[in-house]
Amino acid sequence: MSGAPSRALATRAALASRIDLPLFASSLCILAILAIGAAFNPSVVSPHYLIQQLQSAAFLGIVAFGAMLVILLGHIDLSVPWTVAAAAMVSTGLAGQGGAGGGGGGLLALPIALAVGAAIGFVNGLGVAYLRIPSMIFTLGVNAVLQGLMVLYTGGSAPPSTAPPIARALSGGHLIPGVANAIPIWALLGVLVTVLLRATPFGRAVYAIGNRERAAYMSGMPVRRVVLGCFTLAGCASALAGLLVTGYAGKAYQGMGDIYLLPAIAAVVLGGTSIMGGRGRTSGTVAGTILIVLLQSMLAVMQMPDAGRQIIYGMVIFVMLLIYGRGHVLRT
Amino acid sequence: MNGSDIRLFARHNAIPLLAGAVFAAMFVLYLALQPRGVTVGTLVTASNKGVLLALIACAQTLPVLTGGIDLSVGAIAVLANCLASTLLGGSGLSLVGGVAATLAAGALAGGFNAVAVVWGRLQPIIATLATSSIFYGISLLLRPDPGGDINDDFASALTGDIHGIPTTLIILLAVLLLFWLPFRRTLIGRGVYAVGSAEAAAYMSGVRIARSKACAYVLSGVLASLAGLLLTLIAESAQASAIQAGDLTLNAIAAVVIGGTSLFGGIGGLVGSVIGAFILRTIGDLLFVLAASPLWQPLFQGLILLAAVSLGAIPLLRNRNRLESFR
Repeated sequence: MSGAPSRALATRAALASRIDLPLFASSLCILAILAIGAAFNPSVVSPHYLIQQLQSAAFLGIVAFGAMLVILLGHIDLSVPWTVAAAAMVSTGLAGQGGAGGGGGGLLALPIALAVGAAIGFVNGLGVAYLRIPSMIFTLGVNAVLQGLMVLYTGGSAPPSTAPPIARALSGGHLIPGVANAIPIWALLGVLVTVLLRATPFGRAVYAIGNRERAAYMSGMPVRRVVLGCFTLAGCASALAGLLVTGYAGKAYQGMGDIYLLPAIAAVVLGGTSIMGGRGRTSGTVAGTILIVLLQSMLAVMQMPDAGRQIIYGMVIFVMLLIYGRGHVLRT
Repeated sequence: MNGSDIRLFARHNAIPLLAGAVFAAMFVLYLALQPRGVTVGTLVTASNKGVLLALIACAQTLPVLTGGIDLSVGAIAVLANCLASTLLGGSGLSLVGGVAATLAAGALAGGFNAVAVVWGRLQPIIATLATSSIFYGISLLLRPDPGGDINDDFASALTGDIHGIPTTLIILLAVLLLFWLPFRRTLIGRGVYAVGSAEAAAYMSGVRIARSKACAYVLSGVLASLAGLLLTLIAESAQASAIQAGDLTLNAIAAVVIGGTSLFGGIGGLVGSVIGAFILRTIGDLLFVLAASPLWQPLFQGLILLAAVSLGAIPLLRNRNRLESFR
């Protein structure tokens, strides 16, 4: 959306600064939120509360990893809400308790959800990479189609079957005592995404495309396949989050993905990923996710009315962006 | 206008002209199938719904033309809706003051976005995402519970008809003829297009970039608040609804794209967006009169939207070198 010189300047500035300002600033902000919260209610700094927050953060964080892959390319995925809901609905509908294939602990639910997410992401990727439709509008259209399909599939209400046991185990089970499984899953995905981005040709291509797509193409990178791959992975991430949320809530329901789209984008950007693409780290996205979830939760703990919550939420994102998300002056 | 002028005009405005033809065909079909027949009432209802989205699409168009985007247009409209519902209960001068205050609030909100994007140098997409949360919070403060007290006569006058022509349509035409056409020819208006097509080149040619961009966001706020005002008069109540704000914003983006404005900036205009908004609205009405099952309607709407935006792939067929398709 901005011109070539400003992007080049941004890259140079990123190279010039050695410390990771976004990670530093968002970590400070997290500590500040915890300190303010503890002043209102000391039980906020208890391990129990913090682990509970991390579990909610895991759902958002998994969506945010997918969003980051797409944003690093300089694209955006607005189909998150109904990708989350569609994967959850189809997998509980087919393999949930009371559904057709509900036997065997509903083990099939996981591959079904991932397949639904991958298929949706693949369609997004085809539209963006091969038809060259701007991602913002194409994924918006896919989201509308998914909503239509799900209204048709469920008859406009929630599917009657409840979450398959595997979804409950993945989000709420305790492989490590006291720690909900969603947290280690989130951590594991974080490691995988970091390795993918930092140590594979695919990852280098993601950054290259985000910086200058044309140059990446000229250097022989399979630009269109990489874009297709990122959207497919993002679809899988949303789908996995959908399955985990279903396990947490016990059911899949209409609109269950609506609360993840904008906070996920905010988490990615607060973590220092440039919305124009080409710059950003997994660690930042994790910090951004925790920041968003803690902020929302803390405003609830302080019994702030919804109006104040919305205003403070917006202001905090705004101020954080002013600290480190600014563009550069257009010079000659 | 001689023959070559007309050909040039047609080539420059191919997408809005095509969209206009599609809309005309759809609307005629709708009127023909419509069981109650063509009355002033049907036209007024269609116009009220269409103009509301058209105004928000216009609000979205200006930032998009500069190469930016405004994700807060829906929230500004909801904010104006909530504000107007507390101000339009009186009569005479207090009513005029209420309208002025609502539009001023829209300008203020747009001004806040302008400061964030132009002087704060934040990316428009993420800055307006943050401000939309703030605007929605303020709407909740103004109107914690749905409701409102609106002067009935004023509301029915502005949402009725004048000699058979829907009043809202006249308002929309006034926006296009009295604001948009002159604005496009001003230095600022040309700057909006110049910034959107090549910001660095515009800067080098002495275009006052900051002023053009800021104007785009402020005017966007004013147009969005005008839509909010209209929403208040149509519904005669207000509700601080995040879902409505989101729907309005996303539908406005879709209308802008269908109307031929490029999301990369520099190409398009308000007239196309108005037609795009009318097309989006007519799809729903058409499905209704065609007696499509309510369960199928959202899917049809989604598929038509996806098909419409996929038409944007057609210029790709003209590329002789694959490199041309990469930015």
